[in-house]
Amino acid sequence: MAHEHKLAIFQGLLKFKSNTQKIWGVLIFLTIITAIEVVLGIYKPEGLMTQVLGMKGLNWIFIILTIVKAYYITWDFMHMRDETKSLRRMVVWTAIFLICYLVFILLQEGGYVEGVYRNGFIKKDF
Amino acid sequence: MNTTVENTGTEGKTWGGGNQPLKASYGKMMMWFFIVSDALTFSGFLAAYGFSRFKFIDSWPIADEVFTHVPFFHGNYPMIYVAFMTFILIMSSVTMVLAVDAGHHMKKKAVTWYMFLTVIGGLIFVGSQAWEWGTFIKGDFGAVQTKGGNILQFGEYVDVDGKQKFKRVAVSDFAKASSTERVQHERKNGLWFVSEGALPEFTVDEIYAGLESHGNVYVRNQIINEEGEKTVLSREEGLKQIKENGKLYVKGANLHVNEYGSPLFADFFFFITGFHGFHVFSGVVINIIIFFNVILGTYEKRRSYEMVEKVGLYWHFVDLVWVFVFTFFYLV
Repeated sequence: MAHEHKLAIFQGLLKFKSNTQKIWGVLIFLTIITAIEVVLGIYKPEGLMTQVLGMKGLNWIFIILTIVKAYYITWDFMHMRDETKSLRRMVVWTAIFLICYLVFILLQEGGYVEGVYRNGFIKKDF
Repeated sequence: MNTTVENTGTEGKTWGGGNQPLKASYGKMMMWFFIVSDALTFSGFLAAYGFSRFKFIDSWPIADEVFTHVPFFHGNYPMIYVAFMTFILIMSSVTMVLAVDAGHHMKKKAVTWYMFLTVIGGLIFVGSQAWEWGTFIKGDFGAVQTKGGNILQFGEYVDVDGKQKFKRVAVSDFAKASSTERVQHERKNGLWFVSEGALPEFTVDEIYAGLESHGNVYVRNQIINEEGEKTVLSREEGLKQIKENGKLYVKGANLHVNEYGSPLFADFFFFITGFHGFHVFSGVVINIIIFFNVILGTYEKRRSYEMVEKVGLYWHFVDLVWVFVFTFFYLV
């Protein structure tokens, strides 16, 4: 187990010759993503500032890119790709389910409180 | 007589014991489960941050205006330094995974070097984080906190390529501090069991006087307008706000006040990056221990570098968390 690594990333689109090579390849990929994030964060293109599903389009791009980064860190740096399916699911699905649940509840509640401030009779502009 | 049962007749069966259905050692599996629980702690913090942010969605500080400094350089460079920090952490993750890889091939020398580089990367990151905290605590322009806990900031319009742009002005540039008879209460000059923090540099009256005499300075409040910028008030409205609601001059941020906006922003910043920084720090300490074990040949004797792999998992996790903190604190 320990010495065998799956060397293909992007669904087998890119195959590396050795594990070391794959590590550098993933580093390059992560660096590119971070660079994209930073450039978008500095220039904030007008076209991406429209509201998509209650949030700025740009923010969705950031979140998706973050999840992509998280995927490659977990799968290739932490070798999740090489673990058994059951260990992978035990760790990943548990965390994803609980985090989604928590985030949904808290953001929903936060939005509600904001609505109370905005539409209710609570004054905070002094 | 042999008292231990050595044969149960179930060897080789799935539940007969002795097999590893997950094909991972106990230590590695427990490290994964620890990571899951730690991930939930961090997501609790980040979700709470999201809650507060959604609660004050129309007045939350804009991160690009808060984190604009780079060490040794003057000027306005949002994002650059924290992008550098992110890169350092990813880089040290890479050296860590290279150390793990070298460990699989039992190359002691390579493992030693890669562990060393990982520790250095971690130290650079923690140092940067400390610097970032220092800058944030020190603040740069200063602002006035109102009775309602809102923040009023100052700036002027300048011409940039023929366009009017709002540029922040420091309070010390237009207000003049006068000497007052009020002296800071210290233990040595008053009640020994009572102490108070440093007195603000300016009183609100002094700021009002300065604002009145500088016709070019405008006040802006926290409300984010359609362009995604903070609302700039007219001169009259600004003067009125300072006079009627201004309560306290604040510079920088701590757990009570925050010159950039909602104090919650500062609280969460200190809490989340602090908790993460603590993880990085403990990661560095553990990495140093492992580093010395590698040098001493402990894993060479064991014929297995799995320990490096386990701390590697923790170290990558710290990097993973930072990716999220970076997004939700600095980008979104």
